[in-house]
Amino acid sequence: MRCEIEFTLNGATTQWAGEAGRKLLDVLRDEFALVGVKCGCREGECGACSVLMDGVLVNSCLVAMGRLQGCEVLTIEGYRLTERFKVLDRALANRSAVQCGYCIPGMVLAAEALLAACPRPSDAEVRRGLSGNLCRCTGYNAIAGAILDASKEGEGLW
Amino acid sequence: MHKISTSVIKKDHAAKMGGSAYYVGDYPSKGVLHSSFIRSPHAHARIRKVHYPALPPGYFSVDYRDITGENSVHVVLDDLPVFAQEEVFYIGDAIGMIVGPDAETTAELAAACEVSYEELPAILDINDAETAFFDYHYGRGDTERAFSEADHVFEEDFETGYQEQAYLEPQGMIAQVENDVLTVRGSLQCPYYVHRATAKATGLPTERIRIVQEVTGGGFGGKEAYPSLLAAQLGVAALKAKGQAVRCIFGRREDMEFTSKRHPSRCHYRVAVKEGRVTAMEIDVRFNSGAFTTLSPVVLQRGIIASPGVYNVENLQVRGRALRTHTVPNGAYRGFGAPQTFFAVELMMDHIAASLGQDPLEFKRANLAKQGDATSTSGRYHFPVPLPEMIERVLAASDYANKRAAYAAPQDSLYRKGIGLSLWFHGAGFTGAGERDLIKAVVALEKNAAGQVEILTANTDMGQGVKTTFSKIVAHELGIPYEDIIIHNPDTSRVPDSGPTAASRSLMVVGELLRRAAIRLKEEWCEGQPQRIEEHYTHPDYLVPFNLETFSGDAYPTFAWGVGVVELGFDTLTGANEVLGSWSCFDIGTLADEAIAVGQMEGGVLQGLGYSSMEQMAIDGRGRIRNNSYSDYLIPTSVDVPQLEVQMHVCEYPGGPYGAKGAGELPLVGIPAAFIAAAEQALGVRGINHIPLTAEETLDYLSGSQHGKDKESVR
Repeated sequence: MRCEIEFTLNGATTQWAGEAGRKLLDVLRDEFALVGVKCGCREGECGACSVLMDGVLVNSCLVAMGRLQGCEVLTIEGYRLTERFKVLDRALANRSAVQCGYCIPGMVLAAEALLAACPRPSDAEVRRGLSGNLCRCTGYNAIAGAILDASKEGEGLW
Repeated sequence: MHKISTSVIKKDHAAKMGGSAYYVGDYPSKGVLHSSFIRSPHAHARIRKVHYPALPPGYFSVDYRDITGENSVHVVLDDLPVFAQEEVFYIGDAIGMIVGPDAETTAELAAACEVSYEELPAILDINDAETAFFDYHYGRGDTERAFSEADHVFEEDFETGYQEQAYLEPQGMIAQVENDVLTVRGSLQCPYYVHRATAKATGLPTERIRIVQEVTGGGFGGKEAYPSLLAAQLGVAALKAKGQAVRCIFGRREDMEFTSKRHPSRCHYRVAVKEGRVTAMEIDVRFNSGAFTTLSPVVLQRGIIASPGVYNVENLQVRGRALRTHTVPNGAYRGFGAPQTFFAVELMMDHIAASLGQDPLEFKRANLAKQGDATSTSGRYHFPVPLPEMIERVLAASDYANKRAAYAAPQDSLYRKGIGLSLWFHGAGFTGAGERDLIKAVVALEKNAAGQVEILTANTDMGQGVKTTFSKIVAHELGIPYEDIIIHNPDTSRVPDSGPTAASRSLMVVGELLRRAAIRLKEEWCEGQPQRIEEHYTHPDYLVPFNLETFSGDAYPTFAWGVGVVELGFDTLTGANEVLGSWSCFDIGTLADEAIAVGQMEGGVLQGLGYSSMEQMAIDGRGRIRNNSYSDYLIPTSVDVPQLEVQMHVCEYPGGPYGAKGAGELPLVGIPAAFIAAAEQALGVRGINHIPLTAEETLDYLSGSQHGKDKESVR
């Protein structure tokens, strides 16, 4: 079924018309060229396609476009313009926490969702917050450590 | 700590962090041709007839008849065809492709192809295998005499399963003929492997083929040889596409089911012990090669060379076979044959110690090789064997001795614990004389008029950080800022062949060539002038020449070393296990970058823990891989382990840059043996001689042990 919707994409009001069942992941990548949103499995397991939908972390491969009416969608391309991103950027850079990089856009948005809900998390809380985002390279130590660093450095931002 | 070890911001950090790094799948999918494979649903069958559906305008099929070169993919040997011709040899064997402008339509058309087959008998298990692609034998000393004089003889079998690389970015490529040159862009580890394979399949002269590595989202060996097949297939398609780009980006299921994995293995060990010392080993190693040889000979060589472990075994007989089955061809995965044999030998040593009433660690210590001893292949350990110091560090960090003693007491609570330890090495670089005879690596540095220096090598950064470590080396020698070093993804039209990104060789071998090139550039530096320096590989002069016929001599210029301790807890009601702690110490020589090195070690340890516990991949009675997604092939998440603790022990290697040696594969290799040793202690059984250890099997062991039954290998 076709739908015509209006939603906010990285801060900009956006009209979209098309099949309601089309997946947000495909639309973001193919129609809006937001290729920072990665496709790792297309079945909601890996988290590489994570975006924030009204502040909630979702796998964009599982979100049908028809659900987006009135929603705010934030991808890495929007988030990277924020002060919070800069803090996470420095923290991950300082720990060389980015290896192949494929999980990172989703992982960063998972970190944002976590810190927004829990600005001073414990190590265990960080690991729970990242548990929907697979990383095959790092063993998670550096990423988790960087998010803890960011939560301290970003005092007041979250 | 050496000055070079101080960490810097990685060269590729910013682009990857902000989501602007461009992977091959990120190229626009509009305006290109898409492709869908027609794959065999049978493990072994004769192709009677292929009937293509009527193809709409703009769509075409590609199969063996379109191959303009040879229907053969060059890996080590050339038996792997580009497209099946008369027979299919595994489920997924590619018969052809449908290429056209719309991806959904190509998939529908490929599914509508009618292929009639005559099914043939399929061999799915290596116990039923009739053909050994490779059958190697080597040894030294007099095993017969050692066994006849032994106080004790022990004999056991070991088994390991598949492991899927599960890199987050699936394999993919785009091929296009532009200005008479066939360009293939892709996610790959070894541009010149792909280059040679594409040339052979297309018949094009090498100067008309260009391979470009795009940002690669993890490899771990999985993108070492398979891209040669995919590039050959897409190259043939691109020649037929007359200038249009042909794209193939695998979905996760296609990637997991049809690309290469770690070889499943079975090993048989027979060990002679006299006066507390291992005097002889007879080892029989069998790897499941799958349907074609691909990388099996070299994986098997590394596996059998490592098979006696870190011990000085004077009398040795080793046989290794890579057996043909009608299953997906197996290939490279971090560790390259060594994780399978280290799993066997380390548990074997644990079990012998237990049978002798000794502490496993003490027994292992008493048998350790040391500097100057002969290696398994009658070469030498030319450099110190730092395991004793490394063991002490891991014991202290893990509180191993106290925990081992505490968990040895009978455990009858619902939650049980165990702790295990293993010791290992990883031969740094290619096995044997490959660097000298086959690879002959060349690197180049190009300085521009502004004084910036570009690194030109064929080595790919798939996340392990060579862009950064290479740049640090060159900046350090030249005394110029790290920011003035330029390094792009390799493009074979620009970079010399510095060899594959494999075998933990990049930093040690290519990094050293870059260091030497930088020293020369500094000597010859002309301010304001463009300059180019090339450096060629030279073989270390201390090596005992390696003979592959007899497996004698120095198989590796040096070794990296590992000690790992794993502590586990088991829920006896569910059989579920939990990693309570993981402490390791690694010697990879001087760290070219501390944070990168530690990141490699942590990531490798976690892959080893996954291999031991949850990463189970099985085939059904028809030869089909039953679990081909992240939903049913589980890899560790952030909550599956606590903080992994890694220590670095620096034992400098004079042949590597500033003392660095092979690093990337090492951390995974010995983890499974430590894991199972911990499981055996927790469950109070001996002989869990296989990985992965599932919850279901754990419950079997628990019910067996309640009856006091000592379970030997169950499969």
